[in-house]
Order: sequence, then structure tokens, then C-alpha cells
Amino acid sequence: MFIKQRPTWSIPESEVTPESVYLNRRKFMAGAIASAAALSVPGLLRAEDTRPGATLDYRAAPEFSTDEKMASYDAITTYNNFYEFGTAKGDPSRYASEMSVDPWTVEVEGECANPGKYALEDLLKPHQYQERIYRLRCVEAWSMVIPWVGVPLAEVIKRLEPTNDAKFVYFETLHNPEQMRGQRSLFSTVDWPYREGLRMDEAMNELSFLAVGLYGKTLPNQNGAPVRLVVPWKYGFKSIKSIVRIRFMKEQPKSSWEMIAPNEYGFYANVNPDVDHPRWSQKMERRLPSGVFRPNWIETRKFNGYGDQVAGLYKGMDLARYY
Amino acid sequence: MAVAGGVKWRGVAAKCLVFLLALVPLALLVGDILNANLGPDPGQVITEALGIAAFQLLLATLAITPLKKITGWNGWLRYRRMLGLFAFFYAVLHVLAFLQLLLGWMDLWATFTRRPYIIAGAGAFLLMMPLAVTSTRAMMKRAGPWWKPLHRLIYLSAVLAWVHFLWQARSDITEMVVYGVILAALLLARAFWFGAGSLVPLKKA
Repeated sequence: MFIKQRPTWSIPESEVTPESVYLNRRKFMAGAIASAAALSVPGLLRAEDTRPGATLDYRAAPEFSTDEKMASYDAITTYNNFYEFGTAKGDPSRYASEMSVDPWTVEVEGECANPGKYALEDLLKPHQYQERIYRLRCVEAWSMVIPWVGVPLAEVIKRLEPTNDAKFVYFETLHNPEQMRGQRSLFSTVDWPYREGLRMDEAMNELSFLAVGLYGKTLPNQNGAPVRLVVPWKYGFKSIKSIVRIRFMKEQPKSSWEMIAPNEYGFYANVNPDVDHPRWSQKMERRLPSGVFRPNWIETRKFNGYGDQVAGLYKGMDLARYY
Repeated sequence: MAVAGGVKWRGVAAKCLVFLLALVPLALLVGDILNANLGPDPGQVITEALGIAAFQLLLATLAITPLKKITGWNGWLRYRRMLGLFAFFYAVLHVLAFLQLLLGWMDLWATFTRRPYIIAGAGAFLLMMPLAVTSTRAMMKRAGPWWKPLHRLIYLSAVLAWVHFLWQARSDITEMVVYGVILAALLLARAFWFGAGSLVPLKKA
């Protein structure tokens, strides 16, 4: 019998790393170090391939964009208020994958010439996507800068041809307790579905935006996939997520937060440092991401700094009364 | 002698174990800070976690007497002071975190006079102070018959802490309800066993 004895120091041919793999590994390591370095500088890397979602085709809209430092993709997609999936900031990123967003239908109804059930693609197809980098100011006194991709709301509304009686636009989020665990909670004070509304002239303002993506890719579920509103001069809760219904109305609709606590949240909800929330001040905001040991406070601006575009909408209105 | 010594060592070991367990929330938080694992708003996460730890330890302190009553074992009492002091320790860290990491020491006057949930929390914290100060054996002796009535302030402190928590709710109050049921059970058990008067602070029996 012939038994080949191998010295203990030798390794089998199968365990030797071919040179090409070895070199690739070095390249990989260099890449990993570079991306780790990039990640430590939030907002430096754009549209990295590892991000989920489909890449969108869009043009930049610098006239509607800020050059302030953007929040990282990670911050934007793991720190969310989307109570349909729980009230903790991390709940939406943990549980929003339980929602199915394809196919998606938006029901258009009320005072318009073109009501009906629209597949999302049909609602958006005729429009070219653009990227707008907006400030988002949450009513909880924090803010982020986010690069949205989407279409101006006014363009979509024009195609739906609202009648002269349409004074308000009402929006509704998906109501599906099987997919949205927050809607199954016994002690939630939200009367689902989540509702929001805008005055017609607010909806037609050039800043009002229907977002379908961020950082160049389709929206992650926790950010309101597949389509959400972005009204940057109002507190974040006005920017309703995962929209399934658009209704043109004669009367002013009630929004969810108005229904929960009318003394704390009004229909307009314009960002306003002069009108405090009953439970906290709105004079300042923490711009996120914030460091561990020093909060990144900045002054809150009226209309979130978009006064040039929107202040005219509220001429003669007492904004302390219509908060 | 050997048996008594064994019991003593077991007691010391058990105390060490409770001590280490009470430090777990802090250790987890420090680990998360070092790993930059707290997301984009770490100040908020740290402040909330410290507040919850303080409240949980307050509830643990309040659970000692019912545990003693139910199990008939007096040994529980050995851990009460430590749990109470840890509740105070986390409350101190919670307040410091709020001031430094969330508030940045701004707008202090308005914060502490115009925000009801802050006033409730500050009240809960202030009530814990005399209890922490008088927790040593020497202070117990000096306070004499007043020690017990004074330390009944913990009930008021716990209720204020819960109100402080509840008033921060924006829509879903599940967590607040769970803690509220536990706190109510602990207080009602006392009222049931010792009469409602046993919950009134600063009143000598």
C-alpha cells in the first residue's frame, strides 16, 4: 500500500489562494477601507450600488435644491416616523418590509374631471423625474437635508383636471393592518388610515413634490414607498407617506394629527419658530445627524427657509391662530 | 461557623450579582456609543434609555416589599437600598444627558417652567434627592421615626415619573400603559395590605 506522507507544514494545493484572487482581495480591502472612510463623512458618497431599490432616471433641479450638507442614506432610512410600523424611530426600518408596494394603485376621486383607479406607473409616467434637495423639519424639533427624486405635485394635479369647486386636496396612506403592525396596536390614538390635506394653492405651489425616490433610487418602504408627498415648508407630518387616495374637495379636510390633538397640531402646520408646540419650543432644531456629546442645534427659519416661495400663500392670515 | 460563613459569602455574591445586573443598561449604552450604534440622533436615544433604566429600577425598588410579603422571605430587603440608589444614579445621568445632549443648556427657564412633562420629571427627580441623601445607615439613625414617612416620597416620585413618561406620548401609549399597570399593581398591593394611609408620605404612623 502506498501512502503519501505530507509534512505538517505543507498545505494542500486546494488551499492556496491563486494570485488573481489574492490581488482582488487586496483591491476589495482597499475599497472597503475607502468606503468606510466615505461613510464616516456623511453625504459624501451618492447612490452607492449596495443600496436597495431600482436606480431612477432623473435630472437635477438645482433651482429647488439647497447646498446644505445632506444626511447620510443610512440616517434617512433608519430614523423614521411612520407610526403604521411602530412609534420608535427604528421601527419603520425594521418592519416596513412587511408592506407590499408592487403593484400599487392610487384612487383619484372628488371634484375633478379624471377620477379613477390609477396604477402608479400610469399616474407618473408622463412626467420626468427630478432631484430636489430639500430640508425636512420635523415637528419634534429635528431636521435633515434629503435628496428626493420625484415630480412636482402640480404637474400631476393638472392632468387630473380638478374642477373650480376643488378647494382642497386630501391624501390617504395605505390602511392594511396585516402588513402594518402599528395599525394593529391596541393603544394607538390614530384613527387609521393616516390622512393629510393641502389647500389647492398650496398643492399647486412649485415646491410641493411627489417623491418616489431618494439618493437616486426608489424609496425604501420606511420612507413612504412607493409614492409620498414632500411639502418642505411644513412640518414633516404633512408629507404623507405611501399614498393610496387623492381626493379633491370643496371643504377643508381634517388631518390625522388635527383629529388626535387639535390644540397641538393644526391643518396648516407651517414651520414657524414663533409658534411653540404646547410641549416644546420650535425656535431651534437639531440638524441630524447630531454628534453624541454636542447636540447640533441650529435656528429654525420661518416656513423652513422657503418663505420666498410660499409666504404669499398666507398673506393676511394670523399664523399663530392658523398654526 | 463554616455554614454561617457560607451563607455570608452567598449573600455577598448575590449582592455583587444584583450590582452588576443594575449596571447592564449603562454597559449596553456605553457599548453602543463606542460602536457608534445609536443612529443619527444619539443624544435622544441615550437620554431615553437612561430615563427608562431609572424608572425600571424605581419599579424594582417598589417591588421589594410585595416580593417579601408574597414569598415570606425577608432577604429581599437587602437589595432595596442598592436598587433605589441605582434608580437615583440613572436619574442623575438621565437629567445630565437631557441638559447636555438634548438641550445643550439652552432655554432652561422656559423648559423648566412651561413644559408640563419636564416639570413632572423634574419633580420626580427632586423627590428622589432627599431619599438618596438619607439612605446611609448613619442618616437612617439620625432620621429615626421620620425615616419611613420621608421615604414614602418614593410613591409620589414614581407616579410623577410615569406622568412624565405619559406626557411625552405623541400617539401610541402602549408602553406607558404597560408601565402604568405595573406601577398601579405595586401601589394597590400596598394599599390592600397596609391600608391607603401607608402610601401617604411625610405622615408619621
